[in-house]
Amino acid sequence: MFRVSVLQTTDVIPSKEKSRCGRVGGVSRSEKMVKQESESANRPDNTAFTQQRLPAWQPILSAGIVIPGFVLIGLAFIGIGVALLVTSRSIQVLELDYTGDGNGSPCSSCSQSTTVNCKCSLNFTLDTLFQGPVFFYYGLSNYFQNYRRYGASKDDNQLYGDLSYFTSPSSSCSPYDYDGSKNPIVPCGSIANSMFNDTFTLTRTVSGKTDSVPLDGKGIAWWTDYNVKYRNPSVTPLKNAFNGTVKPIDWAKPAYELDTSDASNNGFVNQDFLVWMRRAALPNFRKLYRRIDASGDYQNGLPAGNYTIDITYNYPVRVFNGAKKVVFSNVSWMGGKNEFLGIAYLVIGSLCVVMSVVMLIVYAKFKFPDEE
Amino acid sequence: MLRRRLNRWFGGEDRRVDSRTIYVGHRPCPANEVFIPPKFCDNRIVSSKYTVWNFLPKNLFEQFRRIANFYFLIIFLVQVRASFVCMPTQTVISDIIFFKIRTSWLPLVFLTVLICSQGYEDWLRHKADNEVNKYRVTVLEDGRRIQKESEKIKVGDVLEVDEDETFPCDLILLQSSRDDGTCFVTTASLDGESNHKTHYTVPDTERDVESLNATIECEQPQPDLYKFVGRMHIYKNNEEPTLRSLGPENLLLKGATLKNTQSICGVAVYTGMETKMALNYQGKSQKRSVVEKSINAFLLVYLCILVSKALVCTTLKYVWQSKPGQDEPWYNEKTLKEKETNRYLNMFTDFLSFMVLFNFIIPVSMYVTVEMQKFLGSFFISWDKDFFDSEIEEGALVNTSDLNEELGQVEYVFTDKTGTLTQNNMEFIECCIDGHQYKYRDASSEVDGFCVTDGPMNTVQQKAGRVSVVEREELFLRALCLCHTVQVDGLMVDGQVVPPLQEQRGFIASSPDEIALVQGAMRYGFTFLGLESKTMKILNRTNDVEMYELLHVLNFDPVRRRMSVIVRSISGETLLFCKGADSSIFPRVKQEEVEKIRMHVERNATDGYRTLCVAYKHLTPEEYDQVDSGLREARLALQDREEKLMAVYNQVETGMNLIGATAVEDRLQEEAAETMEALQGAGIKVWVLTGDKMETAKSTCYACRLFKRNTELLELTVRTLEYPGKRREDRLHDLLLEYHKKTVQDGVGGNSLTKNNINGATLSMVLNSSSENNLHDYKDLFLQICQNCTSVLCCRMAPLQKAQIVKMVKNSKGSPITLSVGDGANDVSMILEAHVGIGIKGKEGRQAVRNSDYAIPKLKHLKKLLLAHGHLYYVRIAHLVQYFFYKNLCFILPQFLYQFFCGCSQQPLYDAAYLTMYNICFTSMPILAYSLFEQHISIEMLLENATLYRQIGKNAMLRWGPFLYWTLLGVFHGLVFFFGVWFLFSNPALQDNGQAFGNWSYGTIVFTILVFTVTLKLALDTRHWTWINHFVIWGSLAFYVFFSFFWGGVIWPFLRQQRLYFVFANMLSSVSAWLVIIVLILLSLLPEILYVVLRKPRGPYARQVVL
Repeated sequence: MFRVSVLQTTDVIPSKEKSRCGRVGGVSRSEKMVKQESESANRPDNTAFTQQRLPAWQPILSAGIVIPGFVLIGLAFIGIGVALLVTSRSIQVLELDYTGDGNGSPCSSCSQSTTVNCKCSLNFTLDTLFQGPVFFYYGLSNYFQNYRRYGASKDDNQLYGDLSYFTSPSSSCSPYDYDGSKNPIVPCGSIANSMFNDTFTLTRTVSGKTDSVPLDGKGIAWWTDYNVKYRNPSVTPLKNAFNGTVKPIDWAKPAYELDTSDASNNGFVNQDFLVWMRRAALPNFRKLYRRIDASGDYQNGLPAGNYTIDITYNYPVRVFNGAKKVVFSNVSWMGGKNEFLGIAYLVIGSLCVVMSVVMLIVYAKFKFPDEE
Repeated sequence: MLRRRLNRWFGGEDRRVDSRTIYVGHRPCPANEVFIPPKFCDNRIVSSKYTVWNFLPKNLFEQFRRIANFYFLIIFLVQVRASFVCMPTQTVISDIIFFKIRTSWLPLVFLTVLICSQGYEDWLRHKADNEVNKYRVTVLEDGRRIQKESEKIKVGDVLEVDEDETFPCDLILLQSSRDDGTCFVTTASLDGESNHKTHYTVPDTERDVESLNATIECEQPQPDLYKFVGRMHIYKNNEEPTLRSLGPENLLLKGATLKNTQSICGVAVYTGMETKMALNYQGKSQKRSVVEKSINAFLLVYLCILVSKALVCTTLKYVWQSKPGQDEPWYNEKTLKEKETNRYLNMFTDFLSFMVLFNFIIPVSMYVTVEMQKFLGSFFISWDKDFFDSEIEEGALVNTSDLNEELGQVEYVFTDKTGTLTQNNMEFIECCIDGHQYKYRDASSEVDGFCVTDGPMNTVQQKAGRVSVVEREELFLRALCLCHTVQVDGLMVDGQVVPPLQEQRGFIASSPDEIALVQGAMRYGFTFLGLESKTMKILNRTNDVEMYELLHVLNFDPVRRRMSVIVRSISGETLLFCKGADSSIFPRVKQEEVEKIRMHVERNATDGYRTLCVAYKHLTPEEYDQVDSGLREARLALQDREEKLMAVYNQVETGMNLIGATAVEDRLQEEAAETMEALQGAGIKVWVLTGDKMETAKSTCYACRLFKRNTELLELTVRTLEYPGKRREDRLHDLLLEYHKKTVQDGVGGNSLTKNNINGATLSMVLNSSSENNLHDYKDLFLQICQNCTSVLCCRMAPLQKAQIVKMVKNSKGSPITLSVGDGANDVSMILEAHVGIGIKGKEGRQAVRNSDYAIPKLKHLKKLLLAHGHLYYVRIAHLVQYFFYKNLCFILPQFLYQFFCGCSQQPLYDAAYLTMYNICFTSMPILAYSLFEQHISIEMLLENATLYRQIGKNAMLRWGPFLYWTLLGVFHGLVFFFGVWFLFSNPALQDNGQAFGNWSYGTIVFTILVFTVTLKLALDTRHWTWINHFVIWGSLAFYVFFSFFWGGVIWPFLRQQRLYFVFANMLSSVSAWLVIIVLILLSLLPEILYVVLRKPRGPYARQVVL
């Protein structure tokens, strides 16, 4: 009897699922199934991107790659370093200080007087040919062209030839924007005002005869500065553009008279002016003054002989413990003489080689299991 | 605090501070001479943080508590002030002004957006509050029904609530539309229990709510959801007032929902912020990740670096200027104003200018990038198809993207049991009657539903031959059918024999095991038909309806761990059926029956089933009368009611006869055990915090392999505390010391696999003891013990206690990162409390999900969330942060060094465009791509090797060691960049036409090396090159080159200074510049390459070589 009754009930007992459904009273199972079959809107996209399964390159810097790589790089660097060093060594440089600190130095009298256009001269002798092309630099030290106030003290709009800025220079030029009687200064600002105004002429003495060495002042400034960034106002004559303005306080002559002989080198596009206006990065710097014109005797540079530099000494540097010098140098493909690069390449190149050797030893000793 | 204040206000009026008196319907009562309408707070719920008035100050204060925001404000003010007021700094500003002002506005804009978004969030909260507060409720006033806004409910109002409505405040149930004076309530949103609970009306009030004249005296509001003590004085026409006791079964909580009852009437006792729900609600505070804290620490370091840099430069400037001829050389005169300004003011403005110049060291853009990374990165979680659960048709949900990386730092996981570890889906597995095991099998395989699998008389014939066995079986099944508080859902036909085949029959009960038991009995032929006006009906095997009068229910409670019913059968027999945990039943039954059953129970428990023992007892009429009066008396007591009840219960439930035992399986969530094992493998300690009974919780823990057979269990429960001759406190103290000795002192050796379990009552003793007992700080002891156990189980936890536990661990030494997982509303407080709160999208209730930081459909998803996503996010963001600091350090260091060569004049090394674009365009995209796509270890590997998770534990990548490494790297790079170029510029004639380079060329060369080096450094760190990484890394380098050409190639009409005009192109025309760039990049990266190569490959999880 017991068994029979059990049989009856077991046949009809509601499944656990059903009774739960009833209890919850929610969506019936069959409805849910239908819903599931129609792709759910909530289902996240199964794309490589969303699942963070984008194909990826997983490089590993293994010794097998790094050691040969280091050797190659090291050798290449050593090669470049040697080339650089050789090139740098081949560059001839002649530096002559003419500040006039010591009593014996040729310009000492000029450095102590405040005479305008004080003349002095430097003599030097070349035993061998100074290979051309030869560049003639002047150098200043302890001179802070990179001082912030100094560097900001100019008016690019003025220098771009915009006449409206002639009469009202930018306030950043202060205190070099207006002179004592409130006349606007053109070009305004400390940089322009402090333009280097020593001049040099180079002569060669060959068998008693002095021969002036031709100096070329063209193309010493950046091409873009000369052609684009700096412009004279399109007023002819140029002088008229400067009506109502005054020259910078420390200048001997106004901007439109910087080079009266050559209109394309006058005013704001004067090459010396442009060179000066490009501020040096560090307090000890050199700027290009002239190139030795490669013509006649100077085709191949400065031939051996005795030379004299006649200096018009105007620029005071001793007040701030500065120094002035003239520099003759030729250049190579890498620019002026600079041993740093060559040494750096050699050092780093050998470092690479040494490191690859060290790595090789390390790897040989402790062979890491996952390296092939 | 509110309560205290309330007490202070009414302390004079109330005789007893601990209770409040409520006048039902505000009707004065005859007993009281004067009717003073008491003041209580109104029914407004305020979850919003701000009001219109305090929003701005309060929010700004919150914002500026973040160091970064405060710093940005200062810098912004400095710049604005500097450019408008202070002339001397104006030039430096004007250098940078064009872009810089815009960039310093950037954080301000960022801040504004933040404030606006928080304002919006709060507005939403206001709206939600309003929705609750303005909800229309029906108030019965002087016999009329008045619609009122919910917030206007006052204590004492009589309310009417309809089916499926939520109670607007805590109510005492006065009248129910059901004729048995009950109503059904679901408290899913309060404690997570989704089943229907029965609440009872106060006797004698049902009939005449409108004219009811009564006062209620009850305790002051307290957060415990399950406790309520009060009494009601009912006055009837000058009669002596009747006294009715009120208990939690009479109290309807705000937030609970009325079910299966048409409508009820109730009187408001607690309103607004005094309701139990509001008292249990913990404000959602903004969670901050450990990474953010590291960022703040690093930020402070960098601020110090910044300030000291500025100080050094200012000092040097004045030292330098004091040398003759340096202060004001003829070529660089000061302006009139500069000369006139006070020297010290000048110093100060110089200092500020340096601050402005170097402030790029503090990466504003890092905050933007971090925010973007978090925001975009969190999509990968919600997009992950592994988190998609086809059953609920939902994937993971990210509520906070701020905590992605915190998922990789978790040290403690606090998990709820019911619904989280288990499915909360009970199934009757087997039973044991008189020592015989009956296992239910599917009818299809076995004709006999009952299959006896052991015992001496295991054949059906023999059994049938012994009538007593059948009787015992039937008694057992009747006991199962009667001893419960299950309600039958659905219509009942009065008195009719309902066909036994109700397929859709549903049961409602406060505990799912009860349903399982009743269903189990149904399978064996005894169907419970329902309870109707105190009569329980059972359909027995012969399809007869048996009727029993329900006399008393001796409710379940965690201390007794059993429940009983007293019923009277038709024949007049009074029977007591009791079911409960073995440990609580065995001592109360005749001992000779125990041994037969104990074996089964123990084996079942070992299998992870929940076991219950069933016993019965005949009560003689005298006995019954005694019990009856005892119970009635105890129920009316206002004080110590529970103790008194307990005493009566204990007295009745003795000398019973054991019939059998049941085994119910609480099925675990899918892969619960695997997940727990993985978490433990990852070095995460798992604590189970459950409101459930200890036995069930323990069996669950065994089932999901949190507890293992051979490990020692340290128990700390009320039972273990009951020790003859000792106060509980002393015993607790002894036990704690003993366990402490076991775990902390000796535990280091072999005994590391101890588990602990604690129950709620003990916990509150532990937590509250420190005030009582100054000598021994139990909390510390307890914490130390727990932290030395591999897993901890805490049972019988109230929601707030769960939070307390989390808080305790959170604030312990080393402030470990905690994570809480839960699915119900009872887990909300712990979800909010933990560093990371995870909500399981259970079948019922969204409370946990809404309050969580992340929500996942199933527990098993926790594994991938932590081990894969958490790990990757942590590595990504840690690298992002370190990289950002590094790249800004080596960005600004050359600028700092340059000050030594320009007379400390605040001359910027780089052009303003570069200064601005560096962080925004040139170097930000590659790191962003890295921080989104990097997989230094593949996801599969991370999932397979849980131990990998330990490597990044304790914020490994953002500690001071790695920070120092990155800082030194930045310094090294900065030095290389600057001095490499400095040596080169010893002869500035770098072009083959003899022309010289100026300061902007210098800066541009340095900047080019910088951009390439930091980008290539990142490329070296990238282990997972997707096409996006390729695109972005090479793309941003190309963009840099392109931009430099473009920027230097045009005379920009809006720029006053064309200082970069053609500088870049000119630089590229110089072979030396090329050479120096190449050599310096290589030099900078050499140590990094060496480090990568020589670093020991990492064992089994080394990346696979795909070349």
